[in-house]
Formats: sequence, C-alpha cells, structure tokens
Amino acid sequence: MSQNNEQDLIAKLTTGIPGFDFLSEGGLPKGRATLIAGTAGSAKTVFACQFLAEGIKRGETGVFVTFEEPPKAIRKNMGGFGWNIKQWEAERKWAFVDASPQPGEIPMVSGEYDLGALIARIEFAISKYNAQRVSLDSLGAIFSHLVDSAQVRSDLFRLASALRELEVTAIMTAERIKEYGEISRYGVEEFVADNVVILRNVLTDEKRRRTIEILKYRGTDHQKGEFPFTIIPYKGVVIIPLSAIELEQRSSNIRITSGSEELDRMCGGGFFRDSIILVSGATGTGKTLMVTEFMAGGVANGERCLVFAFEESREQLYRNSIGWGVDFHKMEKEGKLKVVCRYPETTGLENHLINMKETIQEFKPNRVAVDSLSALERVSNLKGFREFIIGLTSFIKQQEIGGLFTSTTPNLLGGSSITEGHISTITDSIILLRYVEMYGEMRRGITVLKMRGSMHDKDIREFTIDNTGMHIGKPFRNVTGILAGNPIYVTQNEVDRLSGLFEEDV
Amino acid sequence: MMNKYLLRLYVTGNSTKSQRAIANLFRICHEELSEEYRIEIVDVLEEPERAEKEKVLVTPTLIKQLPPPLQRIIGDLSNTDKVLLGLDLLLKEDSR
Repeated sequence: MSQNNEQDLIAKLTTGIPGFDFLSEGGLPKGRATLIAGTAGSAKTVFACQFLAEGIKRGETGVFVTFEEPPKAIRKNMGGFGWNIKQWEAERKWAFVDASPQPGEIPMVSGEYDLGALIARIEFAISKYNAQRVSLDSLGAIFSHLVDSAQVRSDLFRLASALRELEVTAIMTAERIKEYGEISRYGVEEFVADNVVILRNVLTDEKRRRTIEILKYRGTDHQKGEFPFTIIPYKGVVIIPLSAIELEQRSSNIRITSGSEELDRMCGGGFFRDSIILVSGATGTGKTLMVTEFMAGGVANGERCLVFAFEESREQLYRNSIGWGVDFHKMEKEGKLKVVCRYPETTGLENHLINMKETIQEFKPNRVAVDSLSALERVSNLKGFREFIIGLTSFIKQQEIGGLFTSTTPNLLGGSSITEGHISTITDSIILLRYVEMYGEMRRGITVLKMRGSMHDKDIREFTIDNTGMHIGKPFRNVTGILAGNPIYVTQNEVDRLSGLFEEDV
Repeated sequence: MMNKYLLRLYVTGNSTKSQRAIANLFRICHEELSEEYRIEIVDVLEEPERAEKEKVLVTPTLIKQLPPPLQRIIGDLSNTDKVLLGLDLLLKEDSR
C-alpha cells in the first residue's frame, strides 16, 4: 500500500514524443531530471530539442542549455523537423542558454572557480520564461571545457538540485563511448539523475538500427528492453513500441473472399476478415496474381483495397492485372484501390513501417496486400525485419483489416524463406504456391498449409494461370514430395491403396 | 591615460571564491597598474542577464575589456603570474 502511494506521488509529464509516453507509461517523471545517454550520432540533441518542441505545441515553454553546438547551428539543424526555433524565441516560448565554446577564446586559469554563473543563468532563464521543460545538451562537453573535473561534478550536483527546486522537468544528455558498457562518459549519471534513458545506434550487418531503452526510472513503472525508433523529417524521433503491443484485437468470424471461388472453398469458405494471410512461393509461381485477385475480390464487394508493391512499378502492376483480366488502373481511378509502389532501398525498414501505417490510416482500407515481404528483408537485418513484421501485422489487425503478404522462396522447388520462419507464427493462414516438375514440364501447385480457426482442404491442387486469372484444379494424386521439392511419382494402385488406408476416397 | 585598463569581474554573491577574487584583483591592480585602471564587479546573482550576454560560464571570471585584445581569466586570481600574463603585464616586464 505504501508503495502504491509512493508511485502515485511521481506524476509524469506527457512528452509528446511519439511512442515515448507509451514506453515510459505516461512520460517523463515530472519535476525531475532524466539522463539521456547515447553515443555520437544517437540523436540525443534531436531528442532534447523535440522534448521542448512538443512542449511548446502543448503550451509549455522551454529552456535549452547548449554546451556543444552554438544556438545558431541548432536553429538551422532542427529546421528540417519543422521546428521554427527562431520564431519560438521571438514568441518567448523557447530560450537558449548558450554555454557552447566561444571561438578563438581560450580563458586563462588562475585559481579555483565554479559553475556559479551558469547555474545563475539557467535559473534566470527558467524563471524569466516561466519554463516547465529544460534540456541540457550535453553534459560531457563541460568536462572538456573545464579541467577541474571534481569541481564540475560537484557543480552538476548543485545544478541538478537547483533544477529540482525550480520544479522543472529536465532532460540532460550525456555522451557514451560504447553502445554496451558504462552508462556515460565521466560517470555523470551518478550525480544528476534518478532516471536514465539510453539511445543506441548499433551497426549490425552493415545496417544501422536505432533503439531506445529506459534503463532506470526510479520509483515508477516503464516498459523494459530496447525499442526501435527512427528519425523522420517534420517529426523527429518516432519510437515503435513493439513488444508492448498487446494481442487484444478481436478475431472475427466474418469471411471475406480471396478473389477466387476455388480458393475460398479450399479455405473452408474464404479468409477471415481480420486475419493475416501469408502466400509463399518461388519467383513466378503466382504470388502477385494472388495479390491481384485478393484486391479484385475486395473491390468487387465494395471494399477499399490498398496494395504496397516493393518489387514492381505501378505500370507493371497495371499491365500484369490486365493480363489476368483485372483493371487496376480503372479501380484506382474510381478510388476503390490504392497502389503504393516503393523501392525497398529508399529508406530504412522503420521508416517504411511508419509510412505504411500512415497510408493505411489515411486511406482506411478494408484489405491490404504487401508484395513482397522478401523485398523488404533485403534492407534490414533479421532483428529489424522481425520487428517490422510484428509491428505491421499487429497494426493491421488492430485496424480490423484483412492482410495478405507474399514471401519469395529462394528455391524453385520446395524450401522456405527466412521470412516465413519469422512470420509463420504471426500469420493466421499460410498458402503455399509451388512448382511441380512432371515429366519434363513445370506445373503449379497450391495448398493451404494453415488456416487458423477453420477447417481447410489438405490437398495440394494443381492450378493454371490464363488471361482470366487463376484456376485451381484437381489434387496431385500420384505425386509425393512436392513440398520437400523432390516430387516422386507413385503408381495409381499405390495411391488408391494409401487413400484407402486413411480416408474414404471421394 | 586615465582608465587605460577596463576590467570586469563576474562573481557569485558573497562566495569565498568571489571574495578572494575581488581581493586579489584589487591587490594586483594596486601593485601593478597604479592609477590607470577601472574595475567593475558584476554579481551574476543580481544581474544574470549580463552573464548571459557575455556568456560567462564560471565564476569568478575576469574579463579584460580594455585594452584589446579581450582576455578572460577564470578562477579566484590567486595565481598572480597568470593574472599578469592575462593582462599582458608580464611580457612587458620581460621586454623592458
């Protein structure tokens, strides 16, 4: 009980930084200082500026104490996020306390000194502007200005308690040397903050991955572990709270058409409305066709459809669809369909995710297709990819949208892709498209491997593609080993005998 | 030749370092500069905006406003040689 009361005492200040308030379960501890530690280039300054910028949007004023970059550089660098600091300064919403090194001037040292002047300036700025938020960026820089480290430490301690007395919510940034190691250079965390947040920018598989972790939040709750984030123009830091996503989406019994009657029958009456379907197959097996049919099936029922294409251009998709008897161009003109073509390499996976979420929120589709996930796999490392998949599927499910993703298998016959290994447990249904080599001819097979919450056809059926789309035919009765990529022909007698063993042949 | 030196000393209230710096500055000026100087003491607790304008980070800070070049000397000025060096007085003595 007493512990609960204590927790109640620590109020939190909504930061407004996307995802952070969720991660920190309400924001930064109000009236306290939080240390933001990170290596060079880990977006500490962006975070510190965003904290003030979001405050200003909420009618709170802020003081920015800069020890490293001169205010001029900060005003310029942050313009790209849409933060007009100069204007805010004129409106008395943002104040700088410039403690950056002055060019060309090296002070001489004669005897003892302390940071009394700086503290007085900060206190003055806070009370003059009636600031609720203060950012100090970055503490480590003071140590390089001033030789007397012991003095700086005790002054920082004084500064921290001065800030506490003024009841401002403060962010202090500090440099780290290594991504995993001691919290900060000069050990500043020891004397300034009860709360420590770490920003990382780790290089793995030649790709940068940014994460944020709340390491310490004294006396109050927060989400644990590292969460990916990205930096976006006109937004700043955007955190993607993945493992915090709860599996709370309702599942629906309403069936929607796959766009193919035969496939609907194989699935026991169609896909479930808010389910995620994975279509896996080698190149050319008909994945994009399935996407096209899925979209066409939706449009025919008056649903809004959205397709994200990462492999083909809009013109290619239009042409393909015409080849299968579907007119994407017309559908898009009528506003029933939206085709979004992006080259996977244009940006990081985190940014793709955020862009896709935005598009979904704007267009409000009933069904979404992604063609293909494998193309996106190229631009990320495994962990990042996995987070992307989880982020996207949970988002789609929360919107109660049907999703169809495709995944390309590396081998023509059989096999599975890395993509599948990561998402098969998240998807509700898996459909495999496979090549079947028969007597010197490549034929196509389709099977429903998994259909969560429903009976489904267990056969591997042959299908053909013509100018009206996909046609699913009879099961391959006298071939085994299709999925393993090693088809073996069995005599009709053997097939009959085996069928008789387990089931009644229809 | 009056006020050839204009010295501004930024201090924090009545702290011991500040008091020492004031005493040291007056002593050094009295001994080395005869009548040709003016000292201005700025208490940053009283006038923080002046500290902001001059971007004074630590106290005590002595700024030699005149004669040029501008020079900052930080600390309680207990090292007389350093102060003289900062005021360009030591060099003069050597070259004499």
